Amino acid sequence: MSDDIAKGTTRRGFLSATAAAGGALVAAGAAGAATPDPLIMEKQPWATGLGDGVDAVPYGMPIKFESHVVRRNVSWLTADVISSINFTPIHALDGTITPQGCAFERHHSGAIELSKDDYRLMINGLVETPLVFTYADLERFPRVTHTYFCECAANTGMEWAGSQLNGSQFTHGMIHNMEYTGVTLRTLLQEAGVKPEGKWVFVEGSDASSNGRSIPIEKALNDCLIAFKANGEALRKEHGYPVRLVVPGWEGNMWVKWLRRIEVGDAPWEQREETSKYTDTMADGTSRKWTWVMDAKSVITAPSPQVPITHGPGPVVITGLAWSGRGAIKRVDVTVDGGKTWHEARLASPGQPMALTRFYFDHVWDGTEMLLQSRAIDETGYVQPTKAQLREVRGVNSVYHNNCIQTWWVKASGEAENVEIS
Amino acid sequence: MSKFRDLVIGTAIASSLLVTPALAEKLGLGRPALPEEVAAWDHDVRPDGLGLPEGSGDVLTGEEVFSEKCAVCHGEFAEGVDNWPKLAGGIGTLDHDDPLKTVGSYWPHLTTAWDYIHRSMPFGNAQSLTPDEVYAIVAYILYSNDLVDEDFVLTRENLATFELPNAGGFFVDDRDTVELPKFSVEPCMTNCKETVEITMRAAVLDVTPFDATDDAAAPAAEPAPAVAAADPELIAAGKKVFKKCASCHKVGEGAKNGTGPLLNGIVGRATASVKGFKYSKAMADAGAGGLVWTEEALAAYLADPKGYLPKNKMSFAGLKKDEERKAVIAYLATFGG
Repeated sequence: MSDDIAKGTTRRGFLSATAAAGGALVAAGAAGAATPDPLIMEKQPWATGLGDGVDAVPYGMPIKFESHVVRRNVSWLTADVISSINFTPIHALDGTITPQGCAFERHHSGAIELSKDDYRLMINGLVETPLVFTYADLERFPRVTHTYFCECAANTGMEWAGSQLNGSQFTHGMIHNMEYTGVTLRTLLQEAGVKPEGKWVFVEGSDASSNGRSIPIEKALNDCLIAFKANGEALRKEHGYPVRLVVPGWEGNMWVKWLRRIEVGDAPWEQREETSKYTDTMADGTSRKWTWVMDAKSVITAPSPQVPITHGPGPVVITGLAWSGRGAIKRVDVTVDGGKTWHEARLASPGQPMALTRFYFDHVWDGTEMLLQSRAIDETGYVQPTKAQLREVRGVNSVYHNNCIQTWWVKASGEAENVEIS
Repeated sequence: MSKFRDLVIGTAIASSLLVTPALAEKLGLGRPALPEEVAAWDHDVRPDGLGLPEGSGDVLTGEEVFSEKCAVCHGEFAEGVDNWPKLAGGIGTLDHDDPLKTVGSYWPHLTTAWDYIHRSMPFGNAQSLTPDEVYAIVAYILYSNDLVDEDFVLTRENLATFELPNAGGFFVDDRDTVELPKFSVEPCMTNCKETVEITMRAAVLDVTPFDATDDAAAPAAEPAPAVAAADPELIAAGKKVFKKCASCHKVGEGAKNGTGPLLNGIVGRATASVKGFKYSKAMADAGAGGLVWTEEALAAYLADPKGYLPKNKMSFAGLKKDEERKAVIAYLATFGG
């Protein structure tokens, strides 16, 4: 039963669980228990027997009770799973760092296995000396460590025309946030020597899709990283092992995985992924291109459709994530009444530039229905817009860069649903 | 240009103070790239035609190549199969609801199509097309979009100047001027609206994947081993290998034909015998000639699909490792017809 509640996707299980838990709460409240708790009164096997030895698990996975906290995909979105995307279970995580094992994946030709020994990185084009680096070479350059979010430009893209998916994992899960270690792209470009006419770099992956993007030289020299570690350990295969590009604050498609080549040029390449895709069509049929920056955005991760309130009225932690590609999050507001009244949420720690910020709003729920929203404000003063505000500018055919305010309708039962409101 | 230099210097100062350790001199790491190495990897093509190799291709040749190597996913007329991309049609739909975005209706530069097909297609067998084949395929895609006649020949000389219908349909990101002033306004905190109504619910559409249909957590039903002597480890390994096949081929209970034919009962089955699947002429002929998918025949076919059966339409490079072929055949053998 408790597993079903955690999954939050089994309606029948949820309802009967609420009846049981809610009933007990109403009857007993916080006042006391009618009968002694057998979990306390009886000797339990874990308190009398022995657990695993230190040689049982050389590299650990989450305990079996957390087996529902996994990436999920939406099969109708794409033609197959090799060129597709899945979603981070943000509804079940807390803090800001995304564990690599459940951080969303997006592949165009599948996740490849490329060893450090077989890895080569080339810099060519408008440079003084075209260079080839091995993985071992990269480890000898001065190193930096920074935490950044990586968000797919299509995150929340299914919601442009209306509420579609029930769960923050599905509406906002094309995002992860990791602490990256690597070499700055600037360092490598300096090693090759960028010629004065070099204004753009082209970055390309080793996989069969050879995903390539054009990046203006200003960004390349500013804060891009050639990353080989995430959250302290090697990148996972699905995130570009052994080396990926990190482009802070900019759309995830530019964070080329299995990075094999950096070319300096005097004009952009206008590749498939920056013309036919990752461009934003307006209502009049014209399209924005080079929409690299991810706008300020936030979402309440819980309560939400996958994380209903199961304890009845009383204290409830409303929590979520906020981020901006233009800098640090300064403030997050939360409303429980659909935006009539807003309250400033508590940030778990001060916002960091281009990284996820965790917020909490400690609420005492009266048991009546709520319309939950959060609203991010970044250090530039940009305020996360409503869906209506975005549609007014962009129409509904944009696909990418939907950073609108999300609404969860929490019913008196504690169940939540993805809705739009006036 | 001088502006650019200033920016580089400005960033260099900021960087040495704040971001990275100062690098006054190069470290001498890495080695010079050889010209032939650069040539082996640098295939990208720009809108001005930089990077296009010598070559040419006509529409009719393109139709043949497309039919053999692309149509399995994109359809004989570039109309797209299932959820695979449509490459033709949609001109004039960009300001409609659900615009149809194809090479003809949306792509601004023809060089992009050439570059992408050359570097990344066919799906599962990338970088296998010759420049002439790519020119021909692109010529056929133009023809499918009614943008050229059937006697059209695409060449290195006329490709970069070929103007697609939506070439002028793009503008550079203007959010800084259009959206930021509009959205960067101190927001209302109290008495912001009198009433709130729910105007749309996700439950109405009901497209969220639920555990029963789209579950990564629930254990998949294990196939019942058909052969008592089958090696469970080999079958498990084969199940993994089969992921390379699963985008086109389905197996198991309730499986249907997809981009490729249903594979239940494949081991020992007569070639090209699944009802309702449209086989290539090459595959149908092999079936008519009495080819049976014995384990040996499957292994040879999977090692080199195009070499074993030229002109068949399976767009898959093959399984190069013997152990992979053995494993996937052992796995497939667990599914009876």
